[in-house]
Amino acid sequence: MATLELVGVRKSFGSVQVLHGIDLSVADGEMVVIVGASGCGKSTLLRIVAGLETPTEGRVLIDGRDVTPLEPADRDIAMVFQNYALYPHMSVFDNMAYGLKIRRVPRAEIRRRVQETAELLGISSLLDRRPRQLSGGQRQRVAMGRAIVREPRLFLFDEPLSNLDAKLRVQMRAEIRRLQKRLGVTSLFVTHDQTEAMTLGDRLVVMHQGRAAQIATPMEVWARPADTYVAGFIGSPAMNFLDATLAEEGRAAALAAGPVLRFADGPRPGPEGRRIVVGVRPEHVHAAPGDEGGLPLAIELAEPLGSETVLHGRLPGGESFTARLPGAAAPQAGAVLPLRLPADTLHIFDAETGLRLDPRA
Amino acid sequence: MRAPEGIAPAEEAAAAAASARRRRLLDRIWTHGWLILGVLVFALPIWITLVGSTHDAATIGRGEVPLLPGPHAAENYATAWTQGGGRFRAAGAAAMLWNSALMALLIAAGKIAISLLSAYAVVFFSFPGRMAFFWMIFITLMLPVEVRIIPTFQVMVDLSLINTMAGLVVPLVASATATLLFRQFFLTIPDEYVEAAKMDGAGPLRFFRDVVVPLSVTNIAALFVILFIYGWNQYLWPLLVVNDRSLETIVVGLSKMIGTGDAQNEWNTIMATAVMAMLPPVAVVVLMQRWFVRGLTETEK
Repeated sequence: MATLELVGVRKSFGSVQVLHGIDLSVADGEMVVIVGASGCGKSTLLRIVAGLETPTEGRVLIDGRDVTPLEPADRDIAMVFQNYALYPHMSVFDNMAYGLKIRRVPRAEIRRRVQETAELLGISSLLDRRPRQLSGGQRQRVAMGRAIVREPRLFLFDEPLSNLDAKLRVQMRAEIRRLQKRLGVTSLFVTHDQTEAMTLGDRLVVMHQGRAAQIATPMEVWARPADTYVAGFIGSPAMNFLDATLAEEGRAAALAAGPVLRFADGPRPGPEGRRIVVGVRPEHVHAAPGDEGGLPLAIELAEPLGSETVLHGRLPGGESFTARLPGAAAPQAGAVLPLRLPADTLHIFDAETGLRLDPRA
Repeated sequence: MRAPEGIAPAEEAAAAAASARRRRLLDRIWTHGWLILGVLVFALPIWITLVGSTHDAATIGRGEVPLLPGPHAAENYATAWTQGGGRFRAAGAAAMLWNSALMALLIAAGKIAISLLSAYAVVFFSFPGRMAFFWMIFITLMLPVEVRIIPTFQVMVDLSLINTMAGLVVPLVASATATLLFRQFFLTIPDEYVEAAKMDGAGPLRFFRDVVVPLSVTNIAALFVILFIYGWNQYLWPLLVVNDRSLETIVVGLSKMIGTGDAQNEWNTIMATAVMAMLPPVAVVVLMQRWFVRGLTETEK
């Protein structure tokens, strides 16, 4: 049980800077998910916490103690690897016991702890097998077991679910979350999958180009994304972005496509005509009632999913737009559907910086 | 020509099948003929040696080449085993076989130990000049024993290792080939094992012992076979460095049994010795074969 704190962590490989100063503090027992596209530096950050990489600058503190100069083994942390990294020549039992053996834990104690952990994970019957005799999900469990059995202060997960098929992934995701809550171990979980991130994390760190674009709870990241990158990354299908300018003394957005949308929550700062981006999630869009006019969407592709239909099309200005409407009885490709964008679901961003614009207080 | 409906197509098909069968049979005879010829070419000399070792000296001395075993096997082998054969009666095959076996074992074991460690250093550690060291090792590949034999001999003299088992073995122990092979294998060991071991708290030697060596077992077995035979077949270096007959190896001893002049050779005992000299490498191959076949069928990756 421990807290983790990162202070101004930077990392360069040669002349390439991959982390531009990350600050993060993780509370005791919290599960923080680091999410981002590949190459955003999320794995490097995790490896710095693990001690497998040294930061160019900055410090890593566990329980308030600076562990930056310590070897991985001396940090009292355990890691679950993407490919599990189970030693192929050792039985499941030996794989799980290896770390304890090296730490000279008495044999009887090792046996007890491995068996307890195996029971917890439902792999007691596999202890004599070799890793290659296990299925993907079982290997995944063993890899978790190896981490749990050490009773570390910190769990690190490096995309542990990415090698599983979709169904198993959902199942293991729930299991990891349940275990982590039950054991109450502070955890860092790296993934590129936003669904995983949303469902697993107490909080998310959305990384973009070596920076933490937003650190917040999953719901807040979804409801109030800090910038256009986060807004586009979290949520599926991705948020629509429409070019616009500020109008009516900051109380409305004049879309490049034509209509003027009044904000529900007050004026945004800036001069009239300031270039902004209006974001709207596909699921917040409605079909406009017959007489209202609305934004005409020329449908190019309709994907009926049963409970809902996803429409891909273009607005008059040529911007591509996605809408998610309930039910299967939606218009077909080729049709033009007038859309209504509810004012209280709009996200307003600055066009240049991409940062969120909140109403003037 | 178009055959009438009904009957003829079946006949035609049968004829085609028969000719295909005939062609297949011919093919088979042809390939087997070549294979059998190949086997004869390789096996005949060994057979003649084997048969020769069962006749008395006079039979072979007359210039006959018997193809069926004779009655003198026991005495020939007994003589060769205790006294040696041909003109070389100073050391029996028993002693020479022991020397050869010890030398080959030490060379194989030493080569494997050293190349495992040096490949481990080159692959898993980054130290200044790592590639330089690797290439230095690699370059020695191009310098076989024969090329560096005079300086090596001088070094052995200076260390007073002439006429010792150490002198026989040590200069042959370093192996660039084995280092290279182990390096290539180590490069396939995923980094995640190294990292997992680091997280588990295993130091470099612990990781070497607990993970790298067990994973290399099949490679070690395969190399052992090759290196044992390499060691067993050493000729030039043992010939130079050993004058003491108690350290004579079987390969050198065998060549000393054969006279070059007009002297009558006792081919029967020479052949008996040759047969005995062949057996240990064969045994090693047969025994270790099971190991690396098992290793090949259950790749643990």
